Amino acid sequence: MTYVTQPLRAPLDIGFDYTRSLGPTLSQFMTALAGRRILGSRGADGTVHAPPFEYDPVTFAPPAELVEVGPEGIVTSWTWMAQPLEGQPLPHPFAWALIRLDGAGTAMLHAVDAGSAAAMRTGLRVRPRWAASTTGSIRDIACFVPCAPGEPGQHAPQEHAPQPVTMMTSPVLLHYEHTASPGESSYLRGLAAGRLLGQRCPACGKVYFPSRGVCPADGVPATDEVELPHTGTVTTFCVVNVPFPGQRVTPPYVAGAILLDGADITFQHLILGCPASEVRMGMRVRAVWKPRAEWGTTAENIDHFRPSGEPDAPYDSYARHL
Amino acid sequence: MTDVAVVGFAQAPCVRRSDSTTSGVEMLVPIFAEVLASTGLAKGDIGFWCSGSSDYLAGRAFSFVQAVDAIGAFPPIMESHVEMDGAWALYEAWVKIRTGDADVALAYGFGKSSAGDLRRVLALQLDPYLLAPLWPDSVSIAALQARLGIDAGLWSEKEMAEVAARSRAAAVSNPRAQVSGEISAEELGTRPYIAEPLRAHDCAPVGDGAAVVILASAERAPGLCARPAWITGFEHRIDSGSLGARDLTTAPSAVAAGRAAGAGAVDVAELHAPFTHQEILLREALGLAGSVRVNPSGGALCGNPMFAAGLARIGEAARQIMTGRAGRALGHATGGPALQQNLVCVLEAR
Repeated sequence: MTYVTQPLRAPLDIGFDYTRSLGPTLSQFMTALAGRRILGSRGADGTVHAPPFEYDPVTFAPPAELVEVGPEGIVTSWTWMAQPLEGQPLPHPFAWALIRLDGAGTAMLHAVDAGSAAAMRTGLRVRPRWAASTTGSIRDIACFVPCAPGEPGQHAPQEHAPQPVTMMTSPVLLHYEHTASPGESSYLRGLAAGRLLGQRCPACGKVYFPSRGVCPADGVPATDEVELPHTGTVTTFCVVNVPFPGQRVTPPYVAGAILLDGADITFQHLILGCPASEVRMGMRVRAVWKPRAEWGTTAENIDHFRPSGEPDAPYDSYARHL
Repeated sequence: MTDVAVVGFAQAPCVRRSDSTTSGVEMLVPIFAEVLASTGLAKGDIGFWCSGSSDYLAGRAFSFVQAVDAIGAFPPIMESHVEMDGAWALYEAWVKIRTGDADVALAYGFGKSSAGDLRRVLALQLDPYLLAPLWPDSVSIAALQARLGIDAGLWSEKEMAEVAARSRAAAVSNPRAQVSGEISAEELGTRPYIAEPLRAHDCAPVGDGAAVVILASAERAPGLCARPAWITGFEHRIDSGSLGARDLTTAPSAVAAGRAAGAGAVDVAELHAPFTHQEILLREALGLAGSVRVNPSGGALCGNPMFAAGLARIGEAARQIMTGRAGRALGHATGGPALQQNLVCVLEAR
């Protein structure tokens, strides 16, 4: 299978928030962070874990009590982040480090603002630099910084007892570049030229519009291109009465499944040009295109479908495509 | 319960950037055809299908459902999915055959890492309360592990470079490898750090790919493959997700899985070690003798398609047996940060 053209590509940013409940142990830990204190949990074997475990790794019991640790500690391992990535604690080069806080037997991962890799070493003593405002998050510790030699231990000013923190929100933002399949690319390029291009499966002969790339029934690429007319039949539809953000048409309006003449699968589009109450199964429709100047490689080039005025298609003509 | 053997394996080329969609269909169609042809099976002969992949990596919801298009799932098939490396899909397929629900099963894994920023995507597999909000990247976490081992005297930057040099030389004979070539460890050791103490050669390349393995019952296997690779042990274990609370210089889950699966006396091992020091760590954890040939395919350091590379290790180990180059082989797969999860599959000729 060879393709003479490259597939289409486009960026996609995906952003969302995770909102999580903290549970009893992490709630205490985060509440303490909001007050600029760090807590650990003492295990059955006497080891203090910081950050705290929620269940003892030996006995699986919840921690009996949380104890204050640090705030200073020592670096047990580190690496240098020369080009920080989006979302990381510092925008300029920094060290990632495992830090064992005073009084703890385990280490926590965080950033160290050391200035240069040359300033980093295993065993380095560090202390937290607190965020300007704290909310009950691991990011209340903005980062750690090296303790100056002979510098007395610093305790952050004790704030008023903060409100218990029971929830946290983590924003996620990821960036992708999506690639359309060869069939999808051909379909989208066809739309940009005002043409409706489907593909026929060489095994079963079914015509896919929009492209499925590979015939989902046979698992083989649907490679034979088929140009389809701009007319089709409404196989089923729904009347949208509910307003929602971003809605482009004022309700009520109709979203329909349209079977283009010569295609074997339906696709969804708007059906306008008549009262919603007149739309029916079997109704014949025709594509209404936006002005050519607005076209791109998108199905949005078709503004909507409108009734074509032809007699309704008999049920048997689309019964197998519902 | 019936014995189970690997009877077929195929792998897509590991490449820096594939033209495939992130649902993997375009990478899977050719290797399904290849593995079915090699066994003489038709898709209708497969009683159970199972995939390993990740929607975070794919940047779309239900990418594994779209991947089913590559199968041609009509009439309807019995199908399952794990949001893990395809090696764990193979484990599920193995259980299906062992319990009599199928006599031939196919597991596949696919990943198109090039669509996103893999180092950031992998931050989302970390503890969501204490780690993921800091967005620590996968290479930095591996570097923290590497330094702990160096400080403890368990491995050195020189030994790590030797692993890379040996892997790249082995991959010269692997047409599906992404990275290969003859280069000395001394020369590699002069290159700059990318995440001290890791250099570029210490890290698996980022790339796209897919792999597929077919399993069959004792009754069916001999008819599908001249020299089936019989599974004598198949085990997986997991360590704590708290990076600072476990000893990162070893992997208790690898030790436990290896012991349970009978990892000891093998001729060859394909280890899923995306970082050079992890191969050294795993050899120790699995108790492999110095005479064991490790990663004759070049291993993950020469091609590490996410969610497929672990499955490919088992496929490569099985291939050593199916082609008569080994009598007993080990395939290993890992998942999570710093070897958190480990799976061991021991195979033998009969």
